[in-house]
Amino acid sequence: MSAGVTDLFGSKTFAHGIHPPDSKDDTRGLPIQQFQFAPLLVVPLSQHIGKPALPIVGEGAEVTRGQCIAEADGFMSVPIHAPATGLIRRIALSPAINGKMEPAFFLEPFPASTQEVIEGTPCDIDSASPETIIAAVQQTGVVGLGGAGFPTHAKLKIPDGKFIDTLLINGAECEPYLTTDHRVMLEHADDVMKGIPYLMRATGATQTVIAVESNKVDAADRLRAAVPIGAPITVEVLPVKYPQGAEKMLTAAVLGREVPSGGLPLDVHVVCVNVGTTAELGKLLPHAMGLHERIITVGGPAVKKKGNYRIPIGTTLRFILDAVGTEDDLSTVIMGGPMMGNAASSLDIPITKGTAGVIAYSQRDTGKMISRKEYPCIRCAYCVDACPLFLNPSQLGLLASQNKHDAMVEEFNLMDCFECGCCTFVCPSHIPLVQKFRIAKRAIRKAKANE
Amino acid sequence: MDIAALLTSLAAVGALATVLATLLVVADRWLHVVEDPRIDNVEAMLPHTNCGACGYPGCRAFAEVLVSGVEPPAKCSVSAPPDHARIAAYLGVDVGVQEKRVARLACAGGNNVARNRAHYQGHKSCAAAALVAGGGKSCFWGCLGLADCEVACDFDAIEMSPSQLPVVDEDRCTACGDCVQACPKDLFSIHEVSHRLWVACSSLANGDEVLEECEVGCTACGRCASDAPNLIEMKNGLPVVDYQKGSLSADATQRCPTGAIVWIDETKGIVKGNAAKKVIRQGEMRDTAT
Repeated sequence: MSAGVTDLFGSKTFAHGIHPPDSKDDTRGLPIQQFQFAPLLVVPLSQHIGKPALPIVGEGAEVTRGQCIAEADGFMSVPIHAPATGLIRRIALSPAINGKMEPAFFLEPFPASTQEVIEGTPCDIDSASPETIIAAVQQTGVVGLGGAGFPTHAKLKIPDGKFIDTLLINGAECEPYLTTDHRVMLEHADDVMKGIPYLMRATGATQTVIAVESNKVDAADRLRAAVPIGAPITVEVLPVKYPQGAEKMLTAAVLGREVPSGGLPLDVHVVCVNVGTTAELGKLLPHAMGLHERIITVGGPAVKKKGNYRIPIGTTLRFILDAVGTEDDLSTVIMGGPMMGNAASSLDIPITKGTAGVIAYSQRDTGKMISRKEYPCIRCAYCVDACPLFLNPSQLGLLASQNKHDAMVEEFNLMDCFECGCCTFVCPSHIPLVQKFRIAKRAIRKAKANE
Repeated sequence: MDIAALLTSLAAVGALATVLATLLVVADRWLHVVEDPRIDNVEAMLPHTNCGACGYPGCRAFAEVLVSGVEPPAKCSVSAPPDHARIAAYLGVDVGVQEKRVARLACAGGNNVARNRAHYQGHKSCAAAALVAGGGKSCFWGCLGLADCEVACDFDAIEMSPSQLPVVDEDRCTACGDCVQACPKDLFSIHEVSHRLWVACSSLANGDEVLEECEVGCTACGRCASDAPNLIEMKNGLPVVDYQKGSLSADATQRCPTGAIVWIDETKGIVKGNAAKKVIRQGEMRDTAT
């Protein structure tokens, strides 16, 4: 569908943003399939923002699928669950997508096991207090499945003095190629509806809005049909635009509330949770299970058997790509979506809770990108018109090349940038703006840590 | 024109000028900050590089502590000994002794000895490459070779070798620490030039894992530590030299199988031990099989 036609379905959206080719046609019609177990699963201890989990089983331990193998270290942390019934071979360093070597479990699944998932004692939704639900959410080990990996239970904890009126379920899925949320909404709308009451009870929200982009009207219809009678849940269809799935953008698009600089949606009485996360909670919480697998779009021009797969956490890229088959001239593999995802430097990197997609390109596709030469800024202000946060990427880029980090932060609000990449996408001079901002932010954090 | 009006305006402006001039005179007397005139003179004798190697924010701040006698002139690592003597003579203080310090790189993995597992093709900067899954080097700790340190060095003391590894010119290096800040892998550190026994590897991997990635990496065999038990201790799979203890010698490097621990000789440069495997390859190594 062209952008012009799809825009007729809804008029609510945010200002600025871009329209990258959505490239979702290859996988949007493919049902979710269960993926096989790799002979060795690599399960990192740190798959979320916050402190890494603390291992509670040692090398040589036999574990059951869904069993907690590492505990949360404090509130800003989540436990890790075994993705398969098998043997912990060792606990050693493994490459992670963030470029560090992180400690991980090397788990060898038993080939003959039936791979039954262990269940716990669920909390009763009707009588549980918000604290009990938040603790139960933490025990499932669920983090934001959209990609950022922020612990979901930490989002649900509302600080004293703040209140929430609206729960926003994010089904925008604005990243190109990714269709996991689309498939979840179509196939697991019931799980979404089961998850919502937990989230509403934990946050005290009185209404729920599910936001879906207009390239997924079938999903919106399916959700509308699944809403229980009398439940305060509405489904909104928004025009297609990137980065609508960013929580600040979504809050502005659906509710018309602007999140203040440096603030969170809860400052405007909103909690925003990804639809895939909600469905996963709706599936796990009634059985008190732990997150041990996740749905991932495996796509991109170089993949032969594209699709949406339910993949055990810890499966390495090498195993996934071998199983789906790739073109011979495989060149780049991106974890996450192509706009905000990260290129993998090694195929030994495992998928984690935050990986929403594995996108592979062949030499033919990347050749064009690499030949792009950087030219000086011509002050066309395309980036200014694209930035959804109303920053000035052009000026920030010039300051970045002079290493003027203080001015970037204090005068041009660099820290509000969430690295969506719109500025780099539209830049006719091919200036790697978002890359420069990421370098600057990292340098600033390093300097702060040294103080 | 009315002469009276002219006189009135002249008188008014004159009175205003007198009042303001008085105010300025009073302000100059009362608000005057007494500053040692020697600070300006000493600052003029400093190199004006504002590099911060002395530990003070710029040459002006260092001039202030020189005049107050807290630090000796030799603490400035940029100016030459005659300049130190000039400042010492001017201030009537001792030149002081400050051992020369230099930046040292804890990696020897140029592209002729260390493998790549991916080709990074983005923005040409180590910092950018490090953000993309740690860069293309097989060794996650190793030098990415995109010359952020060479760009950061204000003294042209760092030059990339043909195998894409930074080489520090000890004479030019002022130990300002800019390269320490620039390196995303934290491979540079500032050391006294007499710390000639040097571990040129940062990999925390052991044994064959290291050799798959890099021919000159430390395999954590521990021979150096057993040859110099008081001096070297193995920590996390790397030898750590305690420079406070005992005198350094090249003995500990002799049995190192890969040449990861080296002796940095004043004239001959980097000297590996006798047992170290020779590196003959000049060109780039082929990639790790993917």
